[in-house]
Amino acid sequence: MSQATPKALNEWPLWEVFVRSKQGLEHKHCGSLHASDAQHALQMARDVYTRRQEGVSIWVVPSNTITASAPDDKAEFFEPASDKIYRHPTFYTIPDEVGHM
Amino acid sequence: MYTQSFNVPDATDASVPQGAQLKAVAKPVSASEAALQEAFDVRIDADGRIEPQDWMPEAYRKTLVRQISQHAHSEIVGMLPEGNWISRAPSLKRKAILIAKVQDEGGHGLYLYSAAETLGTSRDQMLDALHTGKAKYSSIFNYPTLTWADVGVIGWLVDGAAIMNQIPLCRCSYGPYARAMVRVCKEESFHQRQGYEALLVMMTGTAEQKAMVQDAVNRWWWKCLAMFGPPDADSPNSVQGMRWGIKRISNDDLRQKFVDATVPQAKVLGVTLPDPDLKWNEARGHHDYGQIDWDEFWATVNGHGPCNKERLGTRVKAWNDGQWVRDAALAHARKQHTMKEAA
Repeated sequence: MSQATPKALNEWPLWEVFVRSKQGLEHKHCGSLHASDAQHALQMARDVYTRRQEGVSIWVVPSNTITASAPDDKAEFFEPASDKIYRHPTFYTIPDEVGHM
Repeated sequence: MYTQSFNVPDATDASVPQGAQLKAVAKPVSASEAALQEAFDVRIDADGRIEPQDWMPEAYRKTLVRQISQHAHSEIVGMLPEGNWISRAPSLKRKAILIAKVQDEGGHGLYLYSAAETLGTSRDQMLDALHTGKAKYSSIFNYPTLTWADVGVIGWLVDGAAIMNQIPLCRCSYGPYARAMVRVCKEESFHQRQGYEALLVMMTGTAEQKAMVQDAVNRWWWKCLAMFGPPDADSPNSVQGMRWGIKRISNDDLRQKFVDATVPQAKVLGVTLPDPDLKWNEARGHHDYGQIDWDEFWATVNGHGPCNKERLGTRVKAWNDGQWVRDAALAHARKQHTMKEAA
């Protein structure tokens, strides 16, 4: 850990919290919090984000371990998909008599 | 994503008046900055959302840091007036309800601090600004809670006014703030209802208990109206906030909504609202109400309310007394980490 940032050393690290609202559904990001370690983060997440049975399972992830796509790259990163409309079922015309397909 | 993508060292400097920051002469912008500003404006005009990693004007960032951190501080300081009554709640049921409510307020503060941190300010910076008196919090918490009826009235009126203010913020242009507010608003409904119901029960009691409710309403009513902020004509920053999609409804419009919603509730409860000018205006389709004492409001904002010193003193003491706990938790985490590495 760097000695250059003593202030940051006093702050508990930041964690991202993901909650599964019920069995069968995915974990969803719901916010973040500060905690000294993973176990502590789990307990804090329980208190901060699930006071009314909002979840049946919690993940906590150190915020600094998340790699995110950059907003500036949005065009080159996501645009190529927009001209591939043949990937959608609505691209294909099927005779009415076939019914639901 | 709720993480710190930026670093703005002086973002929590609340000592600079809002107007001064917004009215500062803008430095000449480069062509690339002008393009970014253009893209930002287009997104705002289309009612789009801004996320932490997106480019945003410095003044937008500063305004949000100030507003969200002040909001967070208000939730945290707001735990104090009601917290005073936890040990004196009239029954175990009311005590459990009050503990849950005060815990919610703490939770709301935490959601909001996290949202502010996505703008590049740190938790320590924000707390430092609160503890040194640089940052403001809602003035409503600088008044005392004299009787048990105050706890009910805070739920009914103070939280009721807060809900009016907070619902439009669920549509705020800054994503993390809007998402935090959705969570907060879901929980606020319990706060208001528990307060109103506690008062309904008191109003079935003795004459003394009924008088206690009326007295609390008399003391809080005008403070609640002032919670919506200065009249639109005296809020030059509102226009910029509206332009940015941070503020959706004007102070006066929200205040009117609150008055109109509260009058019938007071009638059901059986109390009067302490305003001789309060009456239905058929032509406007709204209630007219009297003059708010803005001098008293500003005096309290500027530190001269009845409880400003006590509230801040309590906060600072709690923070200092908790220092060893925070240090011990970190020391424990580091020790566990070292032991794991060694194994």
